[in-house]
Amino acid sequence: MSSICLYFQVHQPLRIKKYRIFDVGNDHNYFEDFSDTNLNNRKVLEKVSQKSYIPANTIFLELLKKYPEFRLAFSFSGVLLEQLAKFTPQVLDSFKKLIDTGRVEVLSETYYHSLAFFYNLSEFESQVELHKDLIKKLFGIKPKVFRNTELAYNNDLAKWADKYGYSAILAEGWDGILGWKSPNFVYKPVDTRNIKLLLKNYKLSDDVAFRFSEKRWSEWPLTAEKFASWINAFNGNGQVINLFMDYETFGEHQWKEDGIFEFLRNFPKEVLKFTDLNFVTPSEAVKKYDALDFIDVPSIVTWADTERDLSAWTGNAIQGSAISCIYKIGDKILATGDAKLIEDWRKLQTSDHYYYMCTKWFADGDVHKYFNPYESPYDAYISFMNAANDLKIRVKAHQREDRPQKNLK
Amino acid sequence: MTTPKVLMVGWELPPYNSGGLGEACYGLAKALSEKGIEIVFVLPQKVDLDIDFMKLEFADIKMDKKKLENFYAASSIFGKSFRKLSELPGNYIKAAIVYAERIGDIVEKYNPDIIHAHDWLTYPAGIVAKELSGRPMIAHVHSTELDRTGGNNPNKEVYEIEKEGLIVADRVLPVGGFMKKIITERYGINPEKIKVIYNGINSRNVRMLPPALTSFKNMGYKIVLFLGRITLQKGPEYFVRAASIVLKHKPKTLFVVTGSGDMQEYMMNETARLGLTDNFIYTGFLRGQERDMVFQAADLYVMPSVSEPFGITALEAAANNTPALISKQSGVSEIFQHSLKVDFWDIDEMASKIIACLKYKALGVDLRRESKKEVANLTWSKSADKVLEVYRELV
Repeated sequence: MSSICLYFQVHQPLRIKKYRIFDVGNDHNYFEDFSDTNLNNRKVLEKVSQKSYIPANTIFLELLKKYPEFRLAFSFSGVLLEQLAKFTPQVLDSFKKLIDTGRVEVLSETYYHSLAFFYNLSEFESQVELHKDLIKKLFGIKPKVFRNTELAYNNDLAKWADKYGYSAILAEGWDGILGWKSPNFVYKPVDTRNIKLLLKNYKLSDDVAFRFSEKRWSEWPLTAEKFASWINAFNGNGQVINLFMDYETFGEHQWKEDGIFEFLRNFPKEVLKFTDLNFVTPSEAVKKYDALDFIDVPSIVTWADTERDLSAWTGNAIQGSAISCIYKIGDKILATGDAKLIEDWRKLQTSDHYYYMCTKWFADGDVHKYFNPYESPYDAYISFMNAANDLKIRVKAHQREDRPQKNLK
Repeated sequence: MTTPKVLMVGWELPPYNSGGLGEACYGLAKALSEKGIEIVFVLPQKVDLDIDFMKLEFADIKMDKKKLENFYAASSIFGKSFRKLSELPGNYIKAAIVYAERIGDIVEKYNPDIIHAHDWLTYPAGIVAKELSGRPMIAHVHSTELDRTGGNNPNKEVYEIEKEGLIVADRVLPVGGFMKKIITERYGINPEKIKVIYNGINSRNVRMLPPALTSFKNMGYKIVLFLGRITLQKGPEYFVRAASIVLKHKPKTLFVVTGSGDMQEYMMNETARLGLTDNFIYTGFLRGQERDMVFQAADLYVMPSVSEPFGITALEAAANNTPALISKQSGVSEIFQHSLKVDFWDIDEMASKIIACLKYKALGVDLRRESKKEVANLTWSKSADKVLEVYRELV
């Protein structure tokens, strides 16, 4: 018996508008763009909803009704859920319907889809709490499995999640951490007590997420039947096949015209033709299977690029300067107690801002460019730094106000 | 394919060149000959050149060299302030015609497989060579009358000669997509016979030199550079206007203007009128090491061109380890990823990006590192490969 564990990341950042130096000190609405470009967050969300979330949710609801054995998991960023509630509440409702089936697990992550764990632990914990509260409020659920932004993972994070009582944590099944081991088993992070580790099978996940409509790929076209047979080939030699990907794979990264929704519709049927394959949620996977071995990940592993490290977010000088600028002002921002100011600061922690500043285009192909709403990484950096400088001015204004008035005798 | 024998019809070669045309012809011809192409390069007049990688021929048109020194400036001068001196472009048109009359012997002597002509002054000669030899002609376009004059009073005869050359040519090779658009829209040329060939640069030849303008730097000034001919086409007035905005936010900025041209006086007057004189330095025209030194001294090179067929100076900046802010109305912006870009007319955005580059140190760090890597790949050898594809299609 082998199980398939599906987890989809549902996230859209709040992109910073073209924010010029002249706006600093005058305009504090960094995320409100009303242009026709992809910096207009509402426009992007509506487009992604139409192309991806709405049709995919419809299909998943059908599948859940039709196949009682079917399972999946979502991880939503808080910034995405906020945007859904504001711009497309009907889409939020359709997610609720999926979750109400009881067979869709919701994972825990940072509200602001940030890399805060590696920069400011208490801020990270605040964001995880904020996210928990939101998930409870919207879906009535308390998540039990943790996944960090961009699947960024190391031993310390596993220890943290273990301490906080999570039953499982997710990571990239990268060869660099696995060595000769297979990602298709449940593992245990080193130096932890109860938590288990689920590792993404990046080969099979990427077959769908990246290669599905690639006509030069020798396996094109990928049918659900073919894909199910590849999964079944692990039967007897693996406990759980973890297929982790962005939810926008369906309809946005891979297009309807290329047959991605047909693939999705047929997928459970083809899988369940094999009587000893089934579906599990991450929670069920770790309940069902014992850990095979320990996994030691001293340095950070993510799910991006050929390096699988943080270099797509922090690899060059502009990224380094932007991220350190944001975390350096943390204490002062929090000290103001100004809710709006703190919220804006947190929105600037969303990992996508730094990803847009990545200059590795040539080595890693077009992936970065395709998802970049700015004309260049340098333009992304300029808007970001100008906004960050406006934050600093707002902090200073607070400090002036808060300074105790000297007794004027 | 046996390697074709190419008759290149040129106007100038360095060091006897007035601008980018000669440099581009030299770079391309050298790279092609390194790939085994046999080139006979024709010039209108005898000059003393030390070139061994190709054969040189001189058509000997017997015109006054002085008068023909600077045909780039000439048409723009004509368009701008000296419209009365109509004998100036007249001389060029005459020269181009005499060139055509005298090329016959050379064509006969070499019996080329392909005729490759560079810019309008050589098109009449190219057309004649094509007719005499019955071989295909390529019109390489480094600039057009419409760019040179910024659309301001283009010379009608020059335009007509240009157009005739582009119509007769079997292939048209502009140096950028921006110019391809002009050639299709304003000259009515079928886009199917046009292929963009971007210029290259030999960035490895650039050496790091001792620092210049150190006294200003020691006083905490940041340096923003304008380098190029001071003509309408290069957008000097946008540079001055952006500078006036920058100085409100960053008063310790020094704007260095390197080059000369018919708008220099206007530019200086504008600088004075806006009260910016203390923050502007005019160095005049610089060559060679001095030019590299001023590039290397700059914290940012700005190329605000209104209409720029290519814009090699942007790549020269990168080769000199200097970040560049370039006009989107330039051919080079289509291939130069690691630069800042702006519409030439958007002076607020230009100023905003200049300030950002001066204010956020990391920006310059990454732009320097990445653009230097990038220009190392934008070589004449790569341009020559594209030209070779065209040769193969034609013979």
